[in-house]
Amino acid sequence: MTFALVDGNNFYVSCERVFNPSLEGRPMVVLSNNDGCVVARSAEVKALGVKMGVPWFQIKDLAARHNILALSSNYTLYADMSNRMMGVLGSYSPEQEIYSIDECFLGLDGFAADSLVEMGQRIRRQVRQWVGIPVCVGIAATKTLTKLANHCAKKNLAGADGVCDFGPLSADELTALFDRIAVNEVWGVGRRLTEKLAGMGITTVRALRDADPALIRREASVVLERTVRELRGVSCLALEDVAPNKQQIMSSRSFGEYVTALADLEQAVSTYIARAAAKLRRQRSLANAVQVYIRTNPFSERQPQYQRGITVPLTQATSDTMRLTRAALWGLKRIYRPGFAYQKAGVMLMDLHSEDQVQGVLFAAAPARPALMDVIDRANARWGGGTVKLAAEGVKKPWQMKRERVTPSYTTRWDELPRVS
Amino acid sequence: MSESTKSPCGGPRPGAGRPPSEPTKVIRLPVRLVPAVQALAAAPPGTRMPHPHATHLSLPMFGHKVRAGFPSPADDYVEAWLDLNEHLVENKDATFFVRATGDSMTGAGIQEGNLLVVDRALEARHRDIVIAVVDGEMTVKRLDKRRGRIRLLAENPAYEPIEFQDGQELTIWGVVTSVIQRFKR
Repeated sequence: MTFALVDGNNFYVSCERVFNPSLEGRPMVVLSNNDGCVVARSAEVKALGVKMGVPWFQIKDLAARHNILALSSNYTLYADMSNRMMGVLGSYSPEQEIYSIDECFLGLDGFAADSLVEMGQRIRRQVRQWVGIPVCVGIAATKTLTKLANHCAKKNLAGADGVCDFGPLSADELTALFDRIAVNEVWGVGRRLTEKLAGMGITTVRALRDADPALIRREASVVLERTVRELRGVSCLALEDVAPNKQQIMSSRSFGEYVTALADLEQAVSTYIARAAAKLRRQRSLANAVQVYIRTNPFSERQPQYQRGITVPLTQATSDTMRLTRAALWGLKRIYRPGFAYQKAGVMLMDLHSEDQVQGVLFAAAPARPALMDVIDRANARWGGGTVKLAAEGVKKPWQMKRERVTPSYTTRWDELPRVS
Repeated sequence: MSESTKSPCGGPRPGAGRPPSEPTKVIRLPVRLVPAVQALAAAPPGTRMPHPHATHLSLPMFGHKVRAGFPSPADDYVEAWLDLNEHLVENKDATFFVRATGDSMTGAGIQEGNLLVVDRALEARHRDIVIAVVDGEMTVKRLDKRRGRIRLLAENPAYEPIEFQDGQELTIWGVVTSVIQRFKR
């Protein structure tokens, strides 16, 4: 088996730079929702030692000293650029698994082994030219190894010019390479697992690869045992063409400012339901229950604390925004207590099943409105989320999250196109 | 559009059953016409054009008026639907729209506010109209590559050509393939 993993470099930062070429070379970060934490760093910022996920306020001094630009995340833009990138990448192989917004696996079986590096270079050039995003390419015999090869390409540990193919490397060369890479770079090895492995004396990729699979299975998990086999070049993970439908759909946000009034919470919950319901319909599922929760800020110790959730079962599975909203608001009324400063609310659509396994009920509620929902989804897809919505969502939304430094939707809104003189 | 009191597939009699638990609004449209109707409804005030990611509106090649009762003798000859995306967008993933500002390219038919279709997949050639990056700013100009010298030319005598010295780098952002100008009405 042969796979490639193609991954956008500093993807969000790169997307921003396509439309603001003057930001090339400038240290910059992209912040998470509510402008809280750093979720993307330019190479210049990485060089300053800023870690992924640090709260923005913690590096404000550093940012001022080095003139670091911080932008709010513009997910509309990133999603569009991702679609374009994935479209280009999909032309290279009939087998493509889109793994995340900025990376995808390609199946390369049947391609001549000695042409793969050159193909990787073509991929890099084409994505850079067509979409404007720099990418790195890792090529190897298993998905876990392609992840490592990609890491090597990015860090210049092996391969050249952003492409690394493990195929031509000898066993000794691979061993020497794996000896130099920390075990936490292995796909699926997180912080906790890294600590556990350290306790077993496993700190490098080489040590994990050469560990006894039975021992790994006993001490860690079957999943990690499979990782060991994948590191040895035995492909255990196939490409997943279609992402499996989600079993639950969440939508939750922290508020831009504290919310105390039930009416504001109702707006927020309605908005989250609308978003979750649109996702539900996209995967052609129905929900059997809705969960709502609200909470105060657990980090603000001086304020009185309250948090509560409730699950509202539905008499009939549905994907109708209005019905889901009604259920969620009914639940919200039951858990709401006045006198607290709420910081976050969320909804979860639960117990999902496919649209075509509908169970009839004896006392059917009002008929669902699939055609109306379809119109709403299309209108929102076309003119931007929230174009058509229930009045329950509210208009002003003072609780909405802060995105004070967000760039325009350059590629998805007619009135926000880049202006060129 | 008036609401029919009779459902096409049986259903409730008016006034019968429990009162409806919430107000509903029936929109009677064949589902496949929904995007076209939305497009029509939304035409003014903003400029709307097909998006390269989705075909929203296509025009019939033979547009004849439908007369009630008689099938059109031309119906059998309808062969295709013309799609502006197909006409204007060659490489969907590489095509971006930008808005022209200023008057530096009026000689090439590009007016303030026009929509430019930009294809990043194309290699820029001599005399192409391009989006170039000059000092970090995006600009639309005509690319001039004569005698080994690269220049960006405005199409308006009031503007000087932009010259590039040895070692100075010119980045071509994309090639402009169309200009779209809407006439106000």
